[in-house]
Amino acid sequence: MSFESLASLVNTCEKENKQFWQVVRDADKRQSDMTDEQEFEKMHTMWSAMLSAADSYEGDLRSASNLSGGDGGKFAEYVKNGTSVCGDFLGDVTACALQMAESNACMKRIVAAPTAGSCGVLPAVLVPLYRRKKYTEDEIIRGLFVAAGIGQVIAKRASISGAEGGCQAEIGAASAMAAGTLVYLFKGTPAQISYAAGFALQNLLGLVCDPVAGLVEVPCIKRNVTGALNACSSADIALAGIAPVIPADEVIDAMKQIGNMIDSSLRETGQGGLAATQTGKQIAQKLTAS
Amino acid sequence: MSIFDILGPVMVGPSSSHTAGAVRIGLMARLLLKERPVYADIGFCGSFAATYRGHGTDRAIAAGLLGMQPDDTRIPTSLLIAQEQGLKIFFSKLDLQDAHPNTVVLTLLGTEGKRIVVQASSIGGGRIMINKIDGIDVNFNAEMPTLIVHNSDQPGHVAHVTTLLYKNRINIATMQLYRNERGGYAVMVLEVDQSIPSLIVNKIQKLDGVIKVTYINGGTEDVI
Repeated sequence: MSFESLASLVNTCEKENKQFWQVVRDADKRQSDMTDEQEFEKMHTMWSAMLSAADSYEGDLRSASNLSGGDGGKFAEYVKNGTSVCGDFLGDVTACALQMAESNACMKRIVAAPTAGSCGVLPAVLVPLYRRKKYTEDEIIRGLFVAAGIGQVIAKRASISGAEGGCQAEIGAASAMAAGTLVYLFKGTPAQISYAAGFALQNLLGLVCDPVAGLVEVPCIKRNVTGALNACSSADIALAGIAPVIPADEVIDAMKQIGNMIDSSLRETGQGGLAATQTGKQIAQKLTAS
Repeated sequence: MSIFDILGPVMVGPSSSHTAGAVRIGLMARLLLKERPVYADIGFCGSFAATYRGHGTDRAIAAGLLGMQPDDTRIPTSLLIAQEQGLKIFFSKLDLQDAHPNTVVLTLLGTEGKRIVVQASSIGGGRIMINKIDGIDVNFNAEMPTLIVHNSDQPGHVAHVTTLLYKNRINIATMQLYRNERGGYAVMVLEVDQSIPSLIVNKIQKLDGVIKVTYINGGTEDVI
C-alpha cells in the first residue's frame, strides 16, 4: 500500500531508520511482487529514457501546430554567453526544462513525470546535476524513488491531472517531486524532503490549466521552467533549516480544494485564461480551419 | 497505484490522454479484431475531435492499429507507414451523447475480412476504457489479462467458462455480463489475476454456443 500522507512516510523513515527512497520502494514492492533489484532496474529504465530524451533534443523540430520548438536550443546558446541573470546552473535547468517540454510537444519520446505536460520539471533539475558529475547514476535513481513517493501521495490525496485540478496539480506536483528529490540528493532529512515538497506546491497553488487551442504547448512549456526553478529554491529553503507553517499534507489538501473550485473553463478545456485571449482564440480558429 | 504510474510511462508526446492513450486504443482495437486491419474508419468525439491534429491523436491511433506501443518513435510517421503497409484510414468527427470527452469509435476491416466496431475512451494518464464492442456495452481497461467471450444468451455458458478457469487455477478478479436482448447475443468480460494459456483459450472457443473468444494479455502481444 502506498502512503496516505507525507507525514506517515517521514514517520516510517524515522521509525524504521530507513531512507525516504527505501520506504517508497518497499511500499511499492508489497503490491508489485517485484524484488529490490527489479524495482531498481525498472526505475533505471525510467532514468535512461529521461536522459536519452534530454540528450536527443533537436532544436530544428517544430510542433504540428508550429507554436513551439527551438527555444530550448536558443536558450542553451544564451546561457553559454555567460551573461544570464540566473547563472550557469539555473540557466542549464531552464534550458533542459524548455528542451524536454518542447520535445514532448514535437512528439518525441519522453517520460511522464507525473504527466507528459509536466515531463520537463524533474529532468531539468536532475540532468544538469548528473552532467556536472555531482551524483552517480545510482544516487539519481534513488532520487527518482523519492520523487515518485511524493507524487503518489499527491495523486492519492488530491490529483495530478490538469483536467481535474488545474496546472497546480500537474506542474505543482512535478515541482514538489523535484524539490523533494533535490533535498534528498543534497543530504537533507526525510522531514526536509517533505518541507521542500510543501514549499514547492504552496508556491504554485491556484495555477490554472489554460492551454491555447487545448494543446500541451502554450503556456505549458514555459511552466515547466517555473516548476523546475521553484523546485530549486524550495529545496534550498528547506535545506537552510527553514520549516513551513502549513504542513505539506495540508498544502496538498488545499490544492485539492482549490482544484474543485477552479471553473471548468480553466481545467484543460482550452476555454478560459490564455486560451480565451484574443490571440489565443485566433490561434485556435486558425488551427481548426487547417 | 504503482510508483511507475507516477514516474512513467515512457511515451511519445505530447499528451498522455490524447497521444499515449490513443495508441493503446488503436492497439486494443487491433487485438480485438484479431487480424491486421486493412481499412479503418475513425470517428473522434469531444476533445479528441477538437484537438486531434495538434495532439497527434490521428497518428497515435494509426500507430496502435499498426501494432505499435505508446513509446514507439515511429508514431509521428505512422500515417505514412500505414500507407506503405496498405492500411487505409479515414478520420472524421462524431457527435456522441453521454460519452467521455475523449472518446473514439473505430470501425475496422481485417485482412481476412473480419469486421469490428470498437468504442473506447482515454480516461487520463494514458489509461483507457473499452466501452463498446459491436454496439454492446463492455467496460474494461485491458490492464490485466482480460478474456472477452461472445456467446449466445443461454444458461450454462458462464458456468462452463468459469469452471475451465477454476480447474486451471486462474483467479477471476472482475466479471461483467452484457447482452443485446434476452436470448440474443451476449458478451462476458473477465479480468483475471494469472495469464491464461492459449490451450485454455482454445478450449473456451470450442464450447457450444460460444461465438468468439478474444484474450488480451496487457497489450504487449500482437496479432499473428
